[in-house]
Amino acid sequence: MPEATLVEAVNLALARAMEDDPDVVMLGEDVGVNGGVFRATAGLQKRFGAERVLDTPLAELLISGLCVGMAAQGLKPVGEIQFMGFIYPCLDQLVNHASRLRNRTQGRLTCPMVLRTPHGAGIRAPEHHSESTEAMLAHIPGLRVVMPSSPERAYGLLLAAIRDPDPVVFLEPTRLYRAAKGEVEDDGQALPLDVAFVVRKGRDLTLICWGAMLKETMAAAEALSAEGIAAEVIDLATLKPYDEDTVLGSVAKTGRCVIVHEAARTGGFGAEIAATIAERRLSSLLAPVTRVSGYDTVVPMARLEQYYMPSVERIMTAARKVCQFS
Amino acid sequence: MRCRGHNRSGSEGVTSRRVNQDLPVIARFEVRYRNYLAPDGSIQRPLPSFASDSKLLIELYRSMVLLRLFDRKAVALQRTGRLGTYAVSLGQEAVSVGIASAMREEDVLLPSYRDNGALLWRGVKLEEILLFWGGDERGNQFSGPVHDFPFCVPVGSQAPHAAGVAYALKLRKEPRVAVCLFGDGATSKGDVYEAMNFAGVHKLPLVFVVANNQWAISVPLRQQTACETLAQKAIAAGFIGEQVDGSDVVAMRAAGEEAIAAARDGNGPRFIEAVTYRLGDHTTSDDAARYRPAEEVQAHWKEEPIARLRAYLVAQKMWSKVDEERLAADCHAHVEAAAERYLATLPRRPETIFDHLYAELPEVYAAQRRELAGEHDA
Ligand SMILES: Cc1ncc(C[n+]2csc(CCOP(=O)(O)OP(=O)(O)O)c2C)c(N)n1
Repeated sequence: MPEATLVEAVNLALARAMEDDPDVVMLGEDVGVNGGVFRATAGLQKRFGAERVLDTPLAELLISGLCVGMAAQGLKPVGEIQFMGFIYPCLDQLVNHASRLRNRTQGRLTCPMVLRTPHGAGIRAPEHHSESTEAMLAHIPGLRVVMPSSPERAYGLLLAAIRDPDPVVFLEPTRLYRAAKGEVEDDGQALPLDVAFVVRKGRDLTLICWGAMLKETMAAAEALSAEGIAAEVIDLATLKPYDEDTVLGSVAKTGRCVIVHEAARTGGFGAEIAATIAERRLSSLLAPVTRVSGYDTVVPMARLEQYYMPSVERIMTAARKVCQFS
Repeated sequence: MRCRGHNRSGSEGVTSRRVNQDLPVIARFEVRYRNYLAPDGSIQRPLPSFASDSKLLIELYRSMVLLRLFDRKAVALQRTGRLGTYAVSLGQEAVSVGIASAMREEDVLLPSYRDNGALLWRGVKLEEILLFWGGDERGNQFSGPVHDFPFCVPVGSQAPHAAGVAYALKLRKEPRVAVCLFGDGATSKGDVYEAMNFAGVHKLPLVFVVANNQWAISVPLRQQTACETLAQKAIAAGFIGEQVDGSDVVAMRAAGEEAIAAARDGNGPRFIEAVTYRLGDHTTSDDAARYRPAEEVQAHWKEEPIARLRAYLVAQKMWSKVDEERLAADCHAHVEAAAERYLATLPRRPETIFDHLYAELPEVYAAQRRELAGEHDA
């Protein structure tokens, strides 16, 4: 199978979706001639024309609102927001319209749109380019929030998101765009949404993460195994709705859980998972569910951002503590 | 004649054919264009009075030269991994330098990320600008006027702040003016429309300045708007918009002086469209050759602001080769010294990321701060 980076996998999935379905259209700032500032849409305008790969004015609210209108007419719009820091003007459209068009009209109108955006810190980007506010999006009823952590899952999940009949926010970990490489078969096969991936088996401890944090979490799991701790690693992949069964099943087996996310701690998605475990698997817990997260600060700019993001060491320290708890 | 709007051949014809000619006209609007120095430095029309002050003209010239050298150094630092993403002003130096020079110190500047020229003029140190783009928040704790806003990265989002600032100035009856800078792409954002609309309603002491450099990254102006000028957007908000040759620093200063004075006198906001051209890449992360024809860039090199003012100064015998060499050496030394001070500034300790989060750090976050500090002390 050919190797691809995560951003190349996104490009492959977009091309495949456009090829397969004439209703799929791309829109956003610089997505056309320039192929997107990260090249996620490179070559698509040449191949599919400027009507289906549309450079929009610089207006995020417009991009998300256009998607709602297009989707209601049966197109399958895939909007790109250049960085997650600029997704906030879209919230009005996501909260008040995209997520509830089906519900408001009792199924008469629907909103099969995808809004893609790079997500997270660690690329030494300017101010406002590094935030992780996935929990805010996951709080919106009626949306799906998906975050791939490998080229293979980026390809399969993006195809699934585009084919899904409801609105999906697709968060692409910027740090992995070029850093993550893997084999990707461009076979048009989607991966299931709403399903978590157990990427490493283990009996002593469950490590849960998503997006770019898979890298540090896997490294921690490897290092822990040298200390005799067998960690199971779950890549949540879809945050909304998230796969409770896989999480609870794993915790029932291991009795211990550490959740890793680079978003700030308070109100982060880790809190949601911890609450579910407390409600439904308290009796199988051998230690408190623990979070390793970003701090409750503004994501610092380049010089200090590495201290904000969970490190392999911080994950290992938390894992050891949880394992020694008595 | 110079083409001021973008070509929209036939659009007028289309409009008039659709409009019923028998209906009475109830309003007409106009947009004026201001320029003084032609690209070759010759004079187009009588210069504004400040232009008789050769010291001032030379100061404007010096600031633009310094900015260009500073940009070059910043790009070199970025290319060698010592600075983050950086946006140069190449070709548009006259916009922010010209406008800032028309402000009083107590006025309030609300810049976008490309307005180094304005910050420079207002006394921000070069090493502070480098610190910001080097990923260190201390760069925003700068030595410019305390009320000035930091660079704004989310495009156009400083416009509503400017309206808020101007409202405060008006409410307190202070004879101060807010000056808000942004790019042509920003004029597509609701933020900008909303701020303009409010400023018009309340006749705020606010001057909007759009650096129309023809491109928002890869998206050209004609895909950003169907308007012939951006200046006319002010008409919808109920105030005057004018177009200015943004590569003519004399015109920029004159337009700024007039607009700021009008705003200070209680006549409400103004909108200045500075027609200029971005000669460089959008930022150091961009490659403009992917979307922009080299011939277009070449053509615009003939209009750039520094050579233009130099030509005028030389023709007026205000400037010589010796002056030029002395200035270049002086600016070079200034930039190099600033870069050294920047490079010698050590990062702060990690736990300082909590230090300006709240006026007083709540105990829960103080605990997080200790957590972070402890980890790195160990
Ligand atoms: C709200 C928002 N959306 C997207 C971006 C990414 N971005 C940075 S600069 C830019 C183009 C801005 O063009 P313009 O307003 O014309 O200013 P210029 O850079 O040309 O000075 C874009 C899309 C951003 N910073 N903010």
